[in-house]
Amino acid sequence: MTAISLGRRRRPVSATRREARRFHLFVSPWVIGFVLFSGGPILASIVISFTKWSLLRPPEWVGLANYRKMFADAEFWNAVSNTFYYGIGSVALGVTFTLLLAILLNQPLRFQGLFRTVFYMPSVVAGVATALLWLNILHPDYGLINKLLAMVGITGPGWLGSTEWAMPALILMSVWGSGNTIIIYLAGLQGIPQTLYEAAEIDGAGWWRRFWSVTVPMMSPVIFFNVVTGFIASIQAYTLILIMTEGGPANSTMVLGLYIYQNAFVYFDMGYAAALSWAMFLIVIVVTLIQFGLARRWVHYEFK
Amino acid sequence: MLLETARPATRRAHHDLTAAQAERIRRIRRTGAYLLLIVATAVFVLPFLWMVTTSLKSDAENLAFPPQFLPDSFHFENYAKGWSGNLPFNSFLLNSVLITALSMVGNLISCVLPAYAFARLRARASGVMFSLMLATMMIPREITLVPKYIMFAQLGWVDSYLPLVVPEFFGVALYIFLLRQFFTTIPQEVIDAARIDGASELRILWRIMLPLSKPAIASIMLFSFVGNWNQYLESVIYLRTTEKFTIPLGLAMFSGQYATQYNQMMAVALITLMPVLILFFIAQKTFIRGVTLTGIAGR
Repeated sequence: MTAISLGRRRRPVSATRREARRFHLFVSPWVIGFVLFSGGPILASIVISFTKWSLLRPPEWVGLANYRKMFADAEFWNAVSNTFYYGIGSVALGVTFTLLLAILLNQPLRFQGLFRTVFYMPSVVAGVATALLWLNILHPDYGLINKLLAMVGITGPGWLGSTEWAMPALILMSVWGSGNTIIIYLAGLQGIPQTLYEAAEIDGAGWWRRFWSVTVPMMSPVIFFNVVTGFIASIQAYTLILIMTEGGPANSTMVLGLYIYQNAFVYFDMGYAAALSWAMFLIVIVVTLIQFGLARRWVHYEFK
Repeated sequence: MLLETARPATRRAHHDLTAAQAERIRRIRRTGAYLLLIVATAVFVLPFLWMVTTSLKSDAENLAFPPQFLPDSFHFENYAKGWSGNLPFNSFLLNSVLITALSMVGNLISCVLPAYAFARLRARASGVMFSLMLATMMIPREITLVPKYIMFAQLGWVDSYLPLVVPEFFGVALYIFLLRQFFTTIPQEVIDAARIDGASELRILWRIMLPLSKPAIASIMLFSFVGNWNQYLESVIYLRTTEKFTIPLGLAMFSGQYATQYNQMMAVALITLMPVLILFFIAQKTFIRGVTLTGIAGR
């Protein structure tokens, strides 16, 4: 009698424990990966940012010197301002352009799937191959854009070779590759109840009014999501810039991510690169918090 | 004052439209939508078309002005010339295939197991670990770039594939998250029934969860494929010897050496885009499902 009741009491405990053991076993790939490739390196990065380390000599503790250097480093501030230029430009253009396309695609039209494919494709294939394509299209003398402009008598700018036009060119290219947000928008648009549009139409609202008073408020959480994730992605989207301009001409496209790369793997100043990466982290956090703060003013959440 | 009176009038006018007028407005609007979409399509597609036609041009046509949209005759030899010119694109291809395949296998194993644990196994640390994993998704990878490089350099792994492949065997937070979300939608009764029949956890995972989660698995494998195939930054950091280069590094090298040899460059670039393009057209729905599940285009 007692043996049975004891056994009964014990079995759930050991079953729970067995399940926990299995949990730890199954989750171990991620745990090891976390310790070795993300959590560990993150802690190490803090320590490294307080050192001077070229990898050729042992690290030397320099305290806050890297951070002090950063504040006085004109190239760093130039990189920060370029990062915002690129981020704000590509997000503002990308988010509005793709929203308009998504609204068009959401109409009952034929070939919807085909259009969606066309807009989505560039974002999937984006890589070195498409970077080379754009190098070709943007070439000042032989590129498609300037040749087309020349045919109507306009002398096109030097694009990637011009300090003024290099960044706008990169932003245009990023818009071409931002079609993936259309899919997120489409999912959002399909969630807007049709009755809202019908009610607005009965009240005599034209398409512009329906866009501003129904679509935008109802879509604001999705737009907000795309703005936040788009900005974070833009900060990290320097690989294409590395291939296309390497930050030039005259540092006009030197963004923070590229500056980190350059300090770490061209100058081998590991300590400074680590400090810069924390500046980048700070920017991501601050911008995201500001966006969340502003969101209260314009993002409309439906509480059902 | 004028506006005040005008507004109800237009409103009434809008209501008094005859059916024919309404139909006409609708038709005009639909035509406008198509026109806009066609213009946008041209903007999105033209670069690709330019890529294809450029790859078939002769050297002279390549630089011609006014621009020649279609070559006089198709110079298919650009493909062979570019591919087997001075750079060993065959080895680049082999290297890319090897790295991508290994990474995909690593991602699959190391994401399915933790995702199953987070979705279906109870343990006290589960909640904390899951939040920790989500937190790592928000930290820029640039922060780990330097420490990881130092670690791999000290292990003597620089100029080998190990820094590119080994981490792929230890979980990718985004993929684990995506799979875990999918696993939680599978009815518990199915799993309980299997447990009562004495199936082990691995067997449940292999025989029940995976077959039921094919769409989610397909999504993460596609993301993994595209991500690894296009991977540039880490390859450029870790690989030094030309023979070990991957396709993206080879392409960048090509553009560095033959800056205006655009016909051959576009030919080679097109060849390397083919696997991604074909996969995209075959598995478009799977891509789209992945994007809507995570809101991220897998990078």
